[in-house]
Amino acid sequence: MNPALVIPALAHPSRMAAAFIDSAPNPAAPIATPWFFYGLAAAAVISGLLVITRRNAVHSALSLIVTLLSVAGLYLMLYAPFVAGVQIIVYAGGIMVLFLFVIMLVNIERVSKERQFNRIWPVGLLASCALLALFMSAIQKGKSLFLDRMVQLPEGTNTQQIAAALYGETGKMGQYTFAFEIASLLLLVAILGAVIMTKKKI
Amino acid sequence: MVPITTLHYLVVAAALFVLGVVGVLTRRNVVIILMSIELILNAVNLNLVAFSRMWGNLHGQVFSIFIVVDAAAEAAVGLGILIAFFRNKETINVDEIDLLKW
Amino acid sequence: MHSAATAGDFFFLSRIWLIPLFPAFGAAMMFFFGRRLQKATVSAICVGVVVVAFLFACFTVNDYTHFAHGTGQPFEKIVYTWLGSGDGHLTFLKKDGSAAAFNADAGFLLDPLSAIWLLFVTGVGMLIHIYSVGYMAHEGGYYRFFGYLNLFMFAMLTLILANNYILMFVGWEGVGLCSYLLIGFYFHRKSASDAANKAFIVNRIGDAGFILGALTLVWYLGSFRFTDLNPLLRSGHFAIGDPVLTAAALLLFVGACGKSAQLPLYVWLPDAMEGPTPVSALIHAATMVTAGVYMVARSNAIFVLAPTAMKTVAIVGALTAIFAASIGLVQNDIKRVLAYSTVSQLGYMFLALGVGAFAAGVFHVFTHAFFKALLFLGSGSVIHAMSGEQDMKFMGDLRQRTPTTFWTMFIGMLAIAGIPGLAGFFSKDEILWQSWSSEGGAYRVLWFVGFATALMTAFYMGRLIFLTFFGKPRMSHEVEHHIHESPKSMTVPLVILAICSVAAGWLGVPPSLGGSNPFGKFLEPVFAKEAHVMQVEEPRQLAAGEKEEEHTDPMEYTLMGLSVGAAIVGLGLAWRAYAHAGKDYKEPIAQAAPPLYKVLYNKWFVDEAYDYAFTGRRKVGDVRLGVLGLGEASSWFDAKIIDGIVNDAGWVTRAVATLSTWWDKWIIDGLLVNGPAVLSRFLSYPARLFEWGLVQWYALVMTAGLVGFAVYYVWK
Repeated sequence: MNPALVIPALAHPSRMAAAFIDSAPNPAAPIATPWFFYGLAAAAVISGLLVITRRNAVHSALSLIVTLLSVAGLYLMLYAPFVAGVQIIVYAGGIMVLFLFVIMLVNIERVSKERQFNRIWPVGLLASCALLALFMSAIQKGKSLFLDRMVQLPEGTNTQQIAAALYGETGKMGQYTFAFEIASLLLLVAILGAVIMTKKKI
Repeated sequence: MVPITTLHYLVVAAALFVLGVVGVLTRRNVVIILMSIELILNAVNLNLVAFSRMWGNLHGQVFSIFIVVDAAAEAAVGLGILIAFFRNKETINVDEIDLLKW
Repeated sequence: MHSAATAGDFFFLSRIWLIPLFPAFGAAMMFFFGRRLQKATVSAICVGVVVVAFLFACFTVNDYTHFAHGTGQPFEKIVYTWLGSGDGHLTFLKKDGSAAAFNADAGFLLDPLSAIWLLFVTGVGMLIHIYSVGYMAHEGGYYRFFGYLNLFMFAMLTLILANNYILMFVGWEGVGLCSYLLIGFYFHRKSASDAANKAFIVNRIGDAGFILGALTLVWYLGSFRFTDLNPLLRSGHFAIGDPVLTAAALLLFVGACGKSAQLPLYVWLPDAMEGPTPVSALIHAATMVTAGVYMVARSNAIFVLAPTAMKTVAIVGALTAIFAASIGLVQNDIKRVLAYSTVSQLGYMFLALGVGAFAAGVFHVFTHAFFKALLFLGSGSVIHAMSGEQDMKFMGDLRQRTPTTFWTMFIGMLAIAGIPGLAGFFSKDEILWQSWSSEGGAYRVLWFVGFATALMTAFYMGRLIFLTFFGKPRMSHEVEHHIHESPKSMTVPLVILAICSVAAGWLGVPPSLGGSNPFGKFLEPVFAKEAHVMQVEEPRQLAAGEKEEEHTDPMEYTLMGLSVGAAIVGLGLAWRAYAHAGKDYKEPIAQAAPPLYKVLYNKWFVDEAYDYAFTGRRKVGDVRLGVLGLGEASSWFDAKIIDGIVNDAGWVTRAVATLSTWWDKWIIDGLLVNGPAVLSRFLSYPARLFEWGLVQWYALVMTAGLVGFAVYYVWK
């Protein structure tokens, strides 16, 4: 699968998102309509369904990108432009390219011709349905716990605030600075582990 | 048309989560299982961001960023394991990874 | 011993052991380097070593006459103890229970008997080697031929000079081997290799007799050495007719029958003519086949103590003589006639030995060696001239074209026929006279046999010469065109042998003809003492030494006249029948008695009878007898009985094994071993539900657990 095919698909929703941000001068009155939400939600769920049903892993990966972009759109609707950006850049741009590389490394004809689901798939499906039912009943049951209103967040300073939370402001540590450093350590360990495992000879 | 509330996001997230779980529980291809895990993580992220919106603070968003970091690390390590495994056994089917059974 | 003190004074006599080693050296050279040597080099080496051996032998015998001073005292030279141990560590129990040392020397004995053999073996052997240079000039395997000949000379000289039976047996087997190799010289011809096998196998029978006889002797007397045995046997301790000695003598005679082609083991010798003609002359006429005579003469001390054996020897000899002569009457192959003649003459020799006339027998060996070698070499020359043709039916009128061959063979014919003045006359007449007179005339019937044989001999020899050299040419024009006299290297030995065939007889002119029989005198010490023994034990029996005195009997002249007459009559009959033979000449015997001719022509069907009775190559009805029959019988026994038992045992084993397998499989493995395993697997099945190796199952259980817990806590 050519990565060049991925890039326009990546670029398109981000342009959409950018247009959406630009066309929302008033944060207090979101222009996002319920239709927009339903469209993105449907795209996310349908492409999520495609991810787990495609025979070809590349198709699954492309569907996953659509899902990720749709979810990024939902983030924007939730006034979280930084998270949406991270979602697009890190997820759709970084991790998915990693996935596609690995798919091409291990892509063997045999796998796509074999059985795609394991022997216990009805049980797995049943358990998942039970889980869905649980979630749904939990949501139904806990409806009253959720606030009806949607608090308006300062969208323009969102990135600044997150940065302050992660890195701290001038002269003092942020609330999550230590966790952030731990996360960087986690990444380092992950890099080392991946390198050690994949190199044939060290 | 009802306004979009947190509940709507939770339902979408639950749907994505269950899709991910279905993928993890039923597919044989390890790559797709790893992608399904990404789906699950995304569903969680969506929940966090939705709650962040509901409560009007940024903790949820920061958490979702940590989860993205975590997803990246998980993808790197998982795919590394996958490649090492593929190199040894010429397969990427999870039900053939059964040496521990013995 | 005087000899020990004086042996060192004689240069050649003390080095007697070198004589066999000269030809051995030649054979070794041929074995290792022969393939790479030129023909001229091969001839120089191989003929050279035999010439040296002959000269050495002459000087040695000359030394010996000085050493012995006419007493016939044997000279013995023991080089080393070859078999067993010299100091008696290796002992065995004799018949009487006493222990004796088992040993055999590489030792050499020279007495008048071996001296005579030594001289004519090396002399005739030398001439035949020279002859072979011409005869084999255009043959392949030249070095191989001369290597074998030299090896034969080595073995024959070992046989002659051995001082004990075991070393003699080594030579005996050695000459047998060389005979085998040389008969099969043209091994690409099946008939030649078959003849070689036949000679070898028939000889094995005789050799078994020889070795058994020798072992019987050592078991009885405690030594193999002639110089130990002879004084012991002549001491008078053993009765005449001693059964063990009789058995030993008969067994030794079986050996002699094999080697010297006597009934019933003569069958190999006519077939041995498949070898090259010089081989027939040297091995199968002059030297090797007389080894049996030599051995019996050497064992004379035993034979005179065993009258039964003596009678056997005489009768077998006489029968062989007339039997072979009768076959020789009608054969057409020139070499086969001579082969049967050889068998017949060997019969004469055994007749002489059997009647106790050892010296006469040995004398006949001596003269026969010359004229029979002459006749064989002459026939080889004829065959050479005839481009390989051996059938006398296609010869004729050769006397003008091959004059030397004709005249020398003519002399040979006269000699063998017994014309006065030639060698055969003296020796054969001596034998006939002895068979008439010895032991008070006990063997007179054998004289008639010998007389008839003499008549036949003259006839078939005349037939051979007249068919070959007289009459009209019956060969094809192409062959006729190529007829030529043989080269010098072939004719010179012929001339020398012809001279010897005349002269040799004069060495043994008996007193009755005004001679002093120096040959007999020379041999007298070897045999003389028997007369003494016999006179002491049984005065009626008279043997060699004593018969000299009876030569004044007028009967001898009568018999002499009769046998000369027989010779002349035989030659005359042959002249009448064959001297003018054209292409359609008739065999007189075939015309007079066709069935007899058929029987004689087919050699009395002896080979066929042997094939039926002994070899089993022909079936009697549906049954095979003989060796092949035995083989078939044992094959049947093996296949049906032995293998049957084996198969039955196998069946029983398999049945037991099947039962045991069943027991093991179902009871031991099934119930006792697998049973607990199946049980525990059954019991552990619920546990296995959670541990079956599929990662996703764990996740599923986890999910289900999560749902279960959540449901439980939410809706509690």
